[in-house]
Amino acid sequence: MGIIEGTFPPRYRREVKYRNAFVGWRCKKCGRVFYTPRKRCECGSREIEEIELPREGRVVTRTVVRNPPKGYEKYAPYAIAIIELDVDGQKVRVLGQLADVDLDKIRTGMRVRATLRRIRAGRRGLIEYGVKRVPIEE
Amino acid sequence: MIASILGYGAYIPRYRIKAEEIAKVWGQDPDRVKLGLLVESKSVPGPDEDTATIAFEAAMQAIERAGIDKSLIGAVFVGSESHPYAVKPTGTILASALGLNPKHLRAASFEFACKAGTEAIQAVIGLINAGLIKYGLAIGADTAQGRPSDPLEYTAAAGGAAYVLGPKGDSKAIAEIERVESYVTDTPDFRRRQGAPYPEHGVRFTGEPAYFHHIINSVKLLLEKLGRDINEYDRFAFHSPNGKFVRNVARRLGIKDLSRVVSLDIVRKCGNFYSGSTLVGIARALDKANPGDKILAASFGSGAGSDAFSIVVKDRITEVKSIGKSVDRYLNRAKYIDYGTYARYRGILVMD
Amino acid sequence: MREVVIAGAGFAKIGERRNDRIGDIFAEAFRMLIDNTQIDPKEIEALVVGNMSAGEFVGQASLGAYLADYVGLSGIPAIRVEAACTSGGASVRTAYHLVASGAYDVVVAAGVEKMTDTPNNQTTSILAEAAHQEYETYFGASFVALNALMMRYYLDKYKPKREAFAKRSVYMHQNAVDNPRAQFRRPVKLEQVLNSTIVADPLTIFECAPIGDGSAAVLLTTPEKAKELGLEYVKIAGAALATDRLALHERDELDTLKATLRARERAYKQAKIEPKDVDLIEIHDAFSIMAVLALEDLGFAKKGEGRKLIDEGVISRDGSLPANLGGGLKARGHPVGSTTVYGVGEAYLNLLQKAPRKSPGGEVAVVQGIGGTGSTVSVFVLRR
Repeated sequence: MGIIEGTFPPRYRREVKYRNAFVGWRCKKCGRVFYTPRKRCECGSREIEEIELPREGRVVTRTVVRNPPKGYEKYAPYAIAIIELDVDGQKVRVLGQLADVDLDKIRTGMRVRATLRRIRAGRRGLIEYGVKRVPIEE
Repeated sequence: MIASILGYGAYIPRYRIKAEEIAKVWGQDPDRVKLGLLVESKSVPGPDEDTATIAFEAAMQAIERAGIDKSLIGAVFVGSESHPYAVKPTGTILASALGLNPKHLRAASFEFACKAGTEAIQAVIGLINAGLIKYGLAIGADTAQGRPSDPLEYTAAAGGAAYVLGPKGDSKAIAEIERVESYVTDTPDFRRRQGAPYPEHGVRFTGEPAYFHHIINSVKLLLEKLGRDINEYDRFAFHSPNGKFVRNVARRLGIKDLSRVVSLDIVRKCGNFYSGSTLVGIARALDKANPGDKILAASFGSGAGSDAFSIVVKDRITEVKSIGKSVDRYLNRAKYIDYGTYARYRGILVMD
Repeated sequence: MREVVIAGAGFAKIGERRNDRIGDIFAEAFRMLIDNTQIDPKEIEALVVGNMSAGEFVGQASLGAYLADYVGLSGIPAIRVEAACTSGGASVRTAYHLVASGAYDVVVAAGVEKMTDTPNNQTTSILAEAAHQEYETYFGASFVALNALMMRYYLDKYKPKREAFAKRSVYMHQNAVDNPRAQFRRPVKLEQVLNSTIVADPLTIFECAPIGDGSAAVLLTTPEKAKELGLEYVKIAGAALATDRLALHERDELDTLKATLRARERAYKQAKIEPKDVDLIEIHDAFSIMAVLALEDLGFAKKGEGRKLIDEGVISRDGSLPANLGGGLKARGHPVGSTTVYGVGEAYLNLLQKAPRKSPGGEVAVVQGIGGTGSTVSVFVLRR
């Protein structure tokens, strides 16, 4: 069932660079930076390069997940947010889970940075890691 | 000198559980526990943290302080008793997370109970001096499991530190490792069989013939070789199973000023980081060091053995201290949790 | 392109239909369609089925063939189309083109979803497949959570009263009382909505569409053929479907569904209407925030003021722009792949005064369906 049961090794290996490090893409022609892959930019260019994204950003909107999807029960309740980064002057948004933060203290505008945390792990199979965001003040 | 330290970083999870909370559950006297162990609380990893994530945070800071091109890192050795996989090295996960160059990279997992981290340091030094790598990362980190109701439950904690090491005399050195001496015997003080969830230990047996015997011997060897008196050192970091052992070994080694033993505050507030213990201690000593200071560190790993290091601090330490977080910042950020939350975070509650 | 009309509709009762297979539920809607139109099923030349996830929910692919077979129509062209929660919209739109192009004269556009053969957390995971797998779902963002992100953004930006959002649920339940096919037919009070459990801050459970099994089917044909079959009809004056970037964080704005703007522009232009010409609407209100955004993006209110239409009762059944007269996604139900077909069918019933409860009537209806968090939007304009 795709991503739900835990990733099968070929998929894990293909995605691990994008999950564990903070990698995005930039269109070489129009300069637009994005945080989901595509093979052809909306401007028409196929010249798309991978870039390392800045780790720090600001929370633009947030919520707390109380009914998690399968596999995420042991972490619930947890917070999800859309975070805005500044990539050479361009405002780029990404989505991420927040960690190390009291759920009632999350505020729009708070500054967060990327770190590595477990996303999902069962008793068997691969342990899946990914980028989560922790508050910068700490 | 045998190698340089170019960067260091430490990480301790934010959650803490007080000795009182644990004592309450098992009907023990918290004051006796605290007095006997010189431990007030211990760190607890969140449900999404493990040795790899702790190692990551420590390594990121170490690389930042080192200011090197990370594609030149030729080894990422992690020492732990709680590697995420029994087979698949923790270093491989760090390789993808840190974006290390797969070419010329080594990434084995190390095990020697609580001195796996200091063994990792020695291995990296070996590779550097063989000319096989330019820089290497040596890490000690753990999310120790304490068997519920066992005395070790009060101290089995989570934390780690990472070191970027390079050739001796490197221009980016913040400290130089002068020398390291090791002492190892077959002493079964504490061990865990394959597949067993919790370790077994010989309670009082872990003291005299294990912890004290091996540390005293490795430190003696080191001081003999260097021709030094122990009180010439400015700060000390010892493996910290609890505060009592640290204080006693310091006294028995003849250390006059106990305030120089940086491990005491760490273990009192956060417990024993196992493979991370000595390395976090060294990090704290570096946080407080001035150029020219000398640091003596000794690890202890059950099974058993001890590695003793003599470290000399260089000028560049002043510049890097402000990058990254000091160990004290981690010591002071604490979110206290109750035993139920602790049980949940540690995965003791069976959910499936 | 020929003119296309809707000349019949059938609906299954929405709920946890434990005794019914996915085929049974579709068959119920199909049966009602045949009973109401009294046509010979042999007249049906093609079947299009909107369905989001039969493969995941019940393990069944080949849905077109399976369902055609199930109602004795094996042999006709039958396919499944998918656009997440507006698979039904994709179905109607595809059927529309099949007739408009001249390829077929009589096509059934259906939608079906069976969601209750899996436990709740698995259903949640399956619904989350509408979002971006590696960049939204992977981080633990459930579908509800993504909508909650939009709601929080809207609340922070426009600072509306919370009650305005909650009132929608009250109207929807009110509308569903007279709809025998609705999942929930009891009225609710405003306090109930506001005090209900929070599912993902700030969305409460009463602001979210329920999980249920259901199916709807509408008959598309030409005006000439409809007359020949003796059927009353409404014209599909405008039909459009548009997309936007899949991941919520990649959208240009978090408080506007650009896909709605794109689809609406094309559909209104084709139908030659403006928002003020619209008499009743069926909007995709899976979450209260979606209802508010739909009202704004379809042109009925300025950005940031959609909640006024709710607060002031404009969209209640006695208001000047009644919405979701059958109860909408909240009370009538939301068996995802079929939802937009329910919307089209109910608009058809209400324009022709064929609904169980006397409808306010009117000339022009607009039906909207949203897939995912707005990555696909379908808009239809129906004219009596």
